[in-house]
Amino acid sequence: MVRVIVDGTPVDVPPGSSALQACEAAGKEIPRFCYHERLSVAGNCRMCLVQVVRAPKPVASCGFPVSDGMEILTDTEVVRRARRAVMEFLLINHPLDCPICDQGGECDLQDQAYGYGTGISRYQEAKRAVTDKDLGPLVKTVMTRCIQCTRCVRFTTEVAGTPELGLVSRGENAEITTYVEKALTSELSGNLIDICPVGALTAKPSAFHARAWEYKKTDAIDVMDALGTNIQIQARGGEVMRIVPRVNDEVNEEWLSDKGRFSVDGLKRRRLDRPWVRVHGKLHKASWQEAFVSLARRLEGVSGERIGAIAGDLCDAESLCALKDLMAELGSSNIDCRQDGAWYDTTNRAGYLFNSDIAGLDDADALLLIGTNPRHEAPVLNARIRKQYLHNGRGAFPVASIGNIPVDLTYPVEVLGDGPTALADLLAGKHAFAEVLKNAKRPMIILGHGALTRPDAQAIYEAAKALALQVGAITQGWNGLNVLHTAASRVAGLDLGFVPGPRGLASTNMLRGGVEVLWLLGADDFALDKIGPDTFVVYQGHHGDAAAKRADIILPGAAYTEKAGTYVNTAGRVQRAFRAVFPPGEAREDWRIIRAFSDVVGHALPYNSQEGVWARMASINPVFGAGYEGENTSPQLAAPETAQGEWGNKLGSTPLKPVIADYYQTNPISRASPTMAECSRVYSPVRAAVAAE
Amino acid sequence: MNTPWKPAEQPSSFTFDADSEREIEEVLTKYPVARKASAVMPLLYIAQRQMGRQTGSAWIPLVAMDDIAARLDIAAIRVYEVASFYTMFNTQPIGRYHLQVCTTTPCWLRGSDDVTSACKKATGISTFGETSQDGLFTLTQVECLGACSNAPILQVDDDFYEDMDGPRTEALIAALRVGQYPKPGPSIDRAGSAPEGGRKTLLETTAPAPSGAE
Repeated sequence: MVRVIVDGTPVDVPPGSSALQACEAAGKEIPRFCYHERLSVAGNCRMCLVQVVRAPKPVASCGFPVSDGMEILTDTEVVRRARRAVMEFLLINHPLDCPICDQGGECDLQDQAYGYGTGISRYQEAKRAVTDKDLGPLVKTVMTRCIQCTRCVRFTTEVAGTPELGLVSRGENAEITTYVEKALTSELSGNLIDICPVGALTAKPSAFHARAWEYKKTDAIDVMDALGTNIQIQARGGEVMRIVPRVNDEVNEEWLSDKGRFSVDGLKRRRLDRPWVRVHGKLHKASWQEAFVSLARRLEGVSGERIGAIAGDLCDAESLCALKDLMAELGSSNIDCRQDGAWYDTTNRAGYLFNSDIAGLDDADALLLIGTNPRHEAPVLNARIRKQYLHNGRGAFPVASIGNIPVDLTYPVEVLGDGPTALADLLAGKHAFAEVLKNAKRPMIILGHGALTRPDAQAIYEAAKALALQVGAITQGWNGLNVLHTAASRVAGLDLGFVPGPRGLASTNMLRGGVEVLWLLGADDFALDKIGPDTFVVYQGHHGDAAAKRADIILPGAAYTEKAGTYVNTAGRVQRAFRAVFPPGEAREDWRIIRAFSDVVGHALPYNSQEGVWARMASINPVFGAGYEGENTSPQLAAPETAQGEWGNKLGSTPLKPVIADYYQTNPISRASPTMAECSRVYSPVRAAVAAE
Repeated sequence: MNTPWKPAEQPSSFTFDADSEREIEEVLTKYPVARKASAVMPLLYIAQRQMGRQTGSAWIPLVAMDDIAARLDIAAIRVYEVASFYTMFNTQPIGRYHLQVCTTTPCWLRGSDDVTSACKKATGISTFGETSQDGLFTLTQVECLGACSNAPILQVDDDFYEDMDGPRTEALIAALRVGQYPKPGPSIDRAGSAPEGGRKTLLETTAPAPSGAE
């Protein structure tokens, strides 16, 4: 540690820290525009000037390394004058359009102008104006407001891995641009809006909709992928206006995927706001009582094993718990949270988790992807892989994939083969990458749903497990065998045992007509024509998507912004979300719907409050108990039970296919969102062109 | 302050010719393989000269920058940034002859205004940055060219024409127009930066003449 004296207070900081970090450690706030703790240091805004004793002039603290015994002064007349001068220069060409600027109220420049602005301008000449750029459907630009901090350039280059923005030309003509007019091709482009310290980059879909101080802010969890990104829902009135990420270094650092951020407008469209009942082939409006009674009548005389339930990808753990209990009361063990028919090793929690934890990527030194495209399945996780690739340096973080990935993952990937046979080759040591994994201290294997939704999923999993054991990916304190989920509800479902009981039917069998009454809890990501014509379908969900059209009874539920819920991310982290707004119309929180119906059908569930459900969840699986919250569980994997020969000949030869065809259209909310539809329209041709290359 | 590029003017393809390939090969040997991105400026210059040879307009089209980015394993935007930063890289078409008038103080004191107006008169160009109607000349205002002892300077492509004045500038342009390339250097009677008409000092030497000399 290095001892630095900041304004007379000694602080110890790690060697290599910057003066700015030392000042932060001492609790001093240093104004800055270009410095961002997750980006490289540019040192071009000069706002963070401080005085270093015995230095001839003020220094930019963001790029000034500390040395032992260094004395820093952050609040002297020299510093204040220097910062005022910098601010005056920054404001020379900055327009005075704060009243019509979307950044107003949450603008770094505005805030710091209060502290360091002179109030008047001595600049007499013409201000410069810069042409706005079209960066696609998500990011709006007002480039005259830009102060050339280059945070966006560094973000796209370093974090997003799509180097498309640059600072071109020089001096007064310098401007941020893509140079050739094109839309940003990153799934993380929304974060540019957050990192821009001024109003140059703002959100296009929510432009001029609301002011930063009007929002009611609610902490929640993103459900667009299984990463469990920590988000803050910002609502005004009864309407969710926008979603921004919260900082959580263990999960999402401070990034949020574009789908999580911009599909909010899907929450207002195609909503189910009242129950519907199908009478003589036509859906009719109904009251809750009518819907419940007609469903209870339909269930009369139907034996338990003729009833089934499938849970979708966006459900909270509470509704899964309630539906599981209701099905048990009705005598059915036909429950499944795997609407895509995926296979998991459910004997052990480690069998279906991202065991290394997401932050574990920061320690990994080799990575094998099997049937996964992390850029589309979890963009923020992909950024973390890229971060580790950049951190380790060229060639020091080898990444290989089994299964072709049709997009650029933003780091070099060696494709070992497109089918599971490549995995067998790897196990037999026929491929050089086996040696790479063996030599790595903390190798990671990520199994995706491109592999787990195949008929030979179990064989692939066992082979991957054998490989993990062979290369030492499972050792004391490190479990490098990971499952990357795509559904936010999946791990909670597996934790709660929302899987077929001993003689229960799996989702594929239920769809094939194995049941007479099928309860779909927000499940509609499968071919609905597979459901037999005689099956009575109950659809409980929030969007009038495909399954609602097929349903015989529609029970309107709440979207993730409209209910307090528990979600378990792919790494097994149990996280709780709060309710931001109320569900529309007659729609209700999902577990309460199920609880209310259980009363009607005469099998009242033994809980009637959120706390009651939580206690029930904790009794099913202690991870939901209060003591477990925030803790990461990394149980050791059991040794593979099957011998090598058995799965060896079960491995298929067909190529592994990515599960997400269109990143912007993966669930009922994003399919209802005009913004996501526009993204899909703009980016799909790009993707197709890239894939064709 | 618009993006200095107009889409319609861009050629659809660009290939380095054999001469350029030879030069590129030579340039790349000067950098370690892991640092070959450093070759971006020489490569841009090679592309610009090739365009000058082939089309009579020494500029760098977008496709050439993309080609360079691919050769150096860097993002295309990094090449655009470099090319747009340096004024000596032309990112849009220019005339056959690039007239670059230095107007920094020493040249200005020595009459760069006359050079400028002579250029404008002889070529029909009205402002800096314009290309003449016949496509032969582009007039650019540049900062100090570092040859102040020979002020004012008119740089034509890579050559310095020194000690210029109005009439000599017009004569130079007339010569260029008919395809002649007058000898670069001082346009008055002197060698390099030596005094006009020959040496003015150190005419007598007290040192003994070296043996064998007169």
